Amino acid sequence: MNVLAIDTSNQLLGVAVSKDGEIKAEYTANMKRNHSVGLMPAIDYVMQQTETKSDQLDMIAVAKGPGSYTGVRIGLSTAKTMAWTLNIPIVAISSLELLAQNAHVQNILISPFFDARRGLVYTGLYECVDGQIQVKQEDQNIVMEQWLDELKKYEQPVLFLSQDIVLHEEVIKERLGEFAIFPSLIDHLPRPGQLALMAEAYDKENVHELTPNYIRLVEAEVKWLKEQEKNG
Amino acid sequence: MSEYILGIETSCDETAAAIIKDGREIVANVVASQIESHKRFGGVVPEIASRHHVEQITIVLEETFKQANVTMTDIDAVTVTEGPGLVGALLVGVNAAKGLAYAHQKPLVGVHHIAGHIYANRLEKEFEFPLLALVVSGGHTELILMKDHGEFEIIGETRDDAAGEAYDKVARTLELPYPGGPKIDQLAHAGEANIDFPRAWLEEDSFDFSFSGLKSAVINTLHNAKQKGETFKQEDVAASFQASVVEVLTEKTFQAAKQYGVKQVIVAGGVAANKGLRTAMQDKFQQEKEMELLFPPLSLCTDNAAMIAAAGSIAYNQGHRSGWDLNANPSLSLERYARRSALER
Ligand SMILES: [Zn+2]
Repeated sequence: MNVLAIDTSNQLLGVAVSKDGEIKAEYTANMKRNHSVGLMPAIDYVMQQTETKSDQLDMIAVAKGPGSYTGVRIGLSTAKTMAWTLNIPIVAISSLELLAQNAHVQNILISPFFDARRGLVYTGLYECVDGQIQVKQEDQNIVMEQWLDELKKYEQPVLFLSQDIVLHEEVIKERLGEFAIFPSLIDHLPRPGQLALMAEAYDKENVHELTPNYIRLVEAEVKWLKEQEKNG
Repeated sequence: MSEYILGIETSCDETAAAIIKDGREIVANVVASQIESHKRFGGVVPEIASRHHVEQITIVLEETFKQANVTMTDIDAVTVTEGPGLVGALLVGVNAAKGLAYAHQKPLVGVHHIAGHIYANRLEKEFEFPLLALVVSGGHTELILMKDHGEFEIIGETRDDAAGEAYDKVARTLELPYPGGPKIDQLAHAGEANIDFPRAWLEEDSFDFSFSGLKSAVINTLHNAKQKGETFKQEDVAASFQASVVEVLTEKTFQAAKQYGVKQVIVAGGVAANKGLRTAMQDKFQQEKEMELLFPPLSLCTDNAAMIAAAGSIAYNQGHRSGWDLNANPSLSLERYARRSALER
């Protein structure tokens, strides 16, 4: 089974090829660059390194967000079209869950997050049970301080994973004190190889119906809905 | 053997794919319009457009291949609008095109959206050079001289609003539902051009356009009338506004066509569907036996991918190739695009 994995949902650009459950090539670039420019050359690179022809691919795995709207769409447009035209299954995995995979530690809570500006974050709560990462609270868009207050109620250590950790480190420490755990820097970067490995165990998506998980509505829609409400 | 070109277009609010044969014959042409979802906002919301594109893209592609009854193996090149347009919207098409081209190791060709609008006409009739194209849409008002395939020289363009933009703004002032342009055209036919709105001729011998003054004049006239408790018939306002736009477009196009001694005059873009413009142009060019006036069929005036494939076929045959690093370029200039193609040849 040859899997191509694609993650362009946040700052990191990641692609990987796995063969029969083994990561064969993994490429990441953690630059603030346009993923539209970098993605296909990166795919071409890992495909060449692993001597994989596109018609030898058996599955495509893609990170479906949350994250940058544009970034997620670049990944999904590419992944959907490739899966459709090669007639192979596509698997879409939460970008937060992918990041949570970096913390295979028992008996703690795992809170991966992406900064969403104005004090908000995209986050979810995960835990590692019998070596498997499981969802404890669904991915959501929430004010960080409110999220921390929720986490406090568990009275359990929480491991935070995020490239944006410096933006929120202070408030995390302030609210959670010694319950807050920060791993080493490398664990804050999602691994495309991990995405490829996870894919086989996941449900296949209907390629036509697959959409990014933006979590947030478009601002114009929110306004419109509010007006509808006002006008009864 | 026949040449099959796949075209993809997602620059604004239509998700479109098409396959054309030998550069000029439409085999399949599929357009998924989003007008309904933008209506309630009174205009295109870029983020919503982008979201729709990613939902529609494989569905539209599947329908296209089904209609054409060919497979990717038969396709000679994948062509896609790389700009200008809404960046988030363009990105979906560009990345889908790359996915397809890469998966089947086919040539990838980026296409300029306006080149597409002009080449929509070639699906009906072979070009004869030199030709002059008037491109009028919500985003563009340009006079383009072509001496050969793939050569685009802008000899006139709008200095402020595009003609279609002026239509939309006046429509909003008249409180017409979105999209307002076609609605004004409709009303104009029932009205009389009895209000004297300005015509912006600019400098003598300039082929540039300006529509913001006209737009303001319409808005001010309506505003003043309202304060005095007078009313204008909506139909008359529409007719008077349209008369001004159409006269300037027609006159400038005619002068430019004469000056450059062109064999064909092509009207392209969304506003080319405007009946007032079509009639005025036909009247103006009626006497010109050595000049042929061409309008694309209505279905090819608005955004579609057959026109992108038509322009893409020429670019492909002229040796233009895009790399795997092809990006969306929301402000891609036509002349830069033409020069780049020439360099790669
Ligand atoms: Zn257009």
